[in-house]
Amino acid sequence: MVRAEPAVPLDQPRVRRLVRTRVVAAIGPVTVLAAVIWTIFQPYRLTLLHPRGQGFWWLAVEPPLLIVLVGLLFSAFVAPGLIEDLEDDR
Amino acid sequence: MQPAAEFVHWLFATGFLILGLCLLSEAIVGADVWNRRSWRAYLWPGTAFLMGIGMWPVMILFTNSTLHMVAHSAWAQVLMLAGGAELALVRGRLSSRYWHLTIALALVVSGTASLVHEQNPWYFSRSAFIHHAMGWLLITGALFPLARTFRPRSFVLSAGFAATFLVVSVLLYSHRDVADIFGHLSPAAGAPHR
Repeated sequence: MVRAEPAVPLDQPRVRRLVRTRVVAAIGPVTVLAAVIWTIFQPYRLTLLHPRGQGFWWLAVEPPLLIVLVGLLFSAFVAPGLIEDLEDDR
Repeated sequence: MQPAAEFVHWLFATGFLILGLCLLSEAIVGADVWNRRSWRAYLWPGTAFLMGIGMWPVMILFTNSTLHMVAHSAWAQVLMLAGGAELALVRGRLSSRYWHLTIALALVVSGTASLVHEQNPWYFSRSAFIHHAMGWLLITGALFPLARTFRPRSFVLSAGFAATFLVVSVLLYSHRDVADIFGHLSPAAGAPHR
């Protein structure tokens, strides 16, 4: 005779919650990583690396740095509370 | 001191990135968990409303043509309308789900404005390409909030809506004043720089 049911029943909602938690936690770091990869491929987009002779706007608005900032702010302020609420949602 | 158009595009790209990440998170965890903290519920409608306000200085300062001014003011109005309607829905001042249709309206108007105010063909320059691509993206992306009004719990529709903003963000970040697109640059566009 073969037993069809697993020894420990799978807790589908728990697995789903775990996956969601990990994805939310990864959003910020992935955003930062995307900016780092972009900078490696197009270092000239980061004027901070060659600031001599650059005007105000070229130094103030640097897309890769803006993306890093968004990723860090998301990781610091949005993700922790969201993960906490997700874990409380049982 | 007035910034070149590319800086403004990059700043708005950042706004769209914030919107996209918030909406993606909401799609992943579900609206019930996302709205559990009130500041979070206000985050993306508030950002949309502020971006609408931010479009007014763009309309006033970038007066290349009447068409640009009309397009920018149309964006400002529909962004403020959609952001304001969503804020009122979160606050409970509005209750009908049909107010969510203002987002679809905002995307259609923004997409149309992007297409209409770009007078050059796709491969004229990178800027022209981005305006065409963004226009069609916003118009087709309007299907997500349109369908989401009637199926608010659909993950696919919510994720598609978030992805629309993330792709808009990528397009805006790749904008340059004068640059080629896939090796094409019309001589009429001027000399490429940075």
